[in-house]
Amino acid sequence: MSQRSDAIAMRQEAHAPVARARRSTIDTRLATLLLFLPPALMLFTLFVVLPIGEAAWYSGFNWNGFGKPTRWIGLDNYRFVFDSRGFGTAFKNNLLIIVVSLTIQLPLAMALALILAERFRGAVALRMLFFLPYVLAEIATGLIFSFIYDGNYGLLASIYRAFGAEAPHLLASTQTSMLAILIVVVWKYFGFHMMLFIAALQGMDRNLVEAARIDGASRWQVLRHVVIPLLYPTIKLSIFFAVVGSLQLFDLVMPLTRGGPADSSNTMVSFLYNHGVSRMRVGYGSAIGVILFVICVTFAFSYKRWFMRNE
Amino acid sequence: MSDALAPRRPLDLVPLYKAVFLGLVALVVIVPLLATVLGGFKSLGELRTNPFGLPETWEWENYTGILLSQRYWQLLWNSLVIAALTVVLTLIVASMAAFVFAHIHFFGSSMLLSYLTMGLLFPAATAILPLFIKVRDLGLLDSYLGVALPQVAFSLAMSILLLRRFFRDLPHELLEAALVDGCSYIDFFRHVTLPLSRPILATVGTITFVHSWNSYLLPLVMLNSDSMYPWPLGIMIYQGEFSAEWHLILAFITLTILPTFLLFTLAQKHIVAGLTAGAVKG
Repeated sequence: MSQRSDAIAMRQEAHAPVARARRSTIDTRLATLLLFLPPALMLFTLFVVLPIGEAAWYSGFNWNGFGKPTRWIGLDNYRFVFDSRGFGTAFKNNLLIIVVSLTIQLPLAMALALILAERFRGAVALRMLFFLPYVLAEIATGLIFSFIYDGNYGLLASIYRAFGAEAPHLLASTQTSMLAILIVVVWKYFGFHMMLFIAALQGMDRNLVEAARIDGASRWQVLRHVVIPLLYPTIKLSIFFAVVGSLQLFDLVMPLTRGGPADSSNTMVSFLYNHGVSRMRVGYGSAIGVILFVICVTFAFSYKRWFMRNE
Repeated sequence: MSDALAPRRPLDLVPLYKAVFLGLVALVVIVPLLATVLGGFKSLGELRTNPFGLPETWEWENYTGILLSQRYWQLLWNSLVIAALTVVLTLIVASMAAFVFAHIHFFGSSMLLSYLTMGLLFPAATAILPLFIKVRDLGLLDSYLGVALPQVAFSLAMSILLLRRFFRDLPHELLEAALVDGCSYIDFFRHVTLPLSRPILATVGTITFVHSWNSYLLPLVMLNSDSMYPWPLGIMIYQGEFSAEWHLILAFITLTILPTFLLFTLAQKHIVAGLTAGAVKG
């Protein structure tokens, strides 16, 4: 009897630390939660979420940022934005960047990746070289190209002079300013997309390609019917980043053209900067911000929903 | 031997095409960069007459003049302080949150995670004016923190996702054993999770650093005295002052991208992994 109760007591003894540990686990779990989560939540709410909400609120006012916003003008700011020709141009320029990314940058990146995903001497060095422009600051890249495009001292000008032609001032003409920016966009970002494709190709099952080759498929057929279908997820991803990147393009525009001449080369963000921020038109600028926000979120959600359902 | 047995095929030109293609692209990438570095060694006159070649006389003064100026070092220092603040704060705040999301199940955890990852959907530019007013009202205008804190807030989403995935992949038995032994979550985080997570912390730190080091819009809006400017703002001002003296501007550009270049060669593994893996996950 006593022996049995001893045994029970012993067993309880043995369980006690576990139970205690479990209880204290729940306590420390709560403590951890209360200690670890709030910094992130607060920072994020304060500097990311609230400003978006405030942008929606401020966009109803005619306000220069000083004192409190008092002059409520309803949706007028949105009307001003949509009525201005500059914003229309900026929107079209953003679309143009997307089109060029898809028709020139993406095939270029994929072609390079197909070559450089193979192992050969110099492949890694070339990958790094092509990725380098992506790491450089947009500001530095923009300045380098504003030198290249410079009508007097630039590399382009000296090429023209070598052929005895007058050098064009690409950045100073409303006809060519956007072309000049598009070239830099491709130069700067193709390496990033190439790396995405290289990562995908290296994770690909080589046996599929080998099998197709053994079955007598030509190099082109393997590419067309085996490799590219396997790359679809990466292609979708690359398109996603091209669009998102276009929607936030700003730093590159400033050193090249500042959106000019005559608002010909603005993106939506540089339009927001030039017409909202630098003139402290808080209501107007906020309205542009809200429009941009709606475009970004709508795009992200519908793209994920329609094209990336499985990922 | 195989030559004799195999049917004679037409000469394979594909490798040649590939090589030419790679060579052309490499040229297009290298020439602008090289012209910038070399251009910094030329005189303004030579820039015009000899744009592509090596300088006839190496004008070291272009570079030494900038290197000996206080201005250059001040710009780099400001960039470094802002980037360091951003990286340290991001790593601390994001790893703590990621730890909770990786190991602690609680009501609403997935909702809170989706809330935080909303930050991936839109750029900081969308709310830049209210953000400016917020930072002004907090009295942080024209301070390092006024730039760093919003940068941290905007880098949280991606950092938390990357860290959480890594934390979750650490062997789960470790945590269970530690908890049974009476170790608290916080001790486990400090003494087990963080030391084991050095690779991902390095990756997240490097991406955050590169983004902050290169960033332009936030400092442009938040800072208004020259002495606080990071280098992308400083170089734009420099270009405004020396507008036609391209040899000086090119030297200045070269010296400001040099740190990025060095970091890239030293930490290329982390940079490539972070910028692409982060992208894939995002």
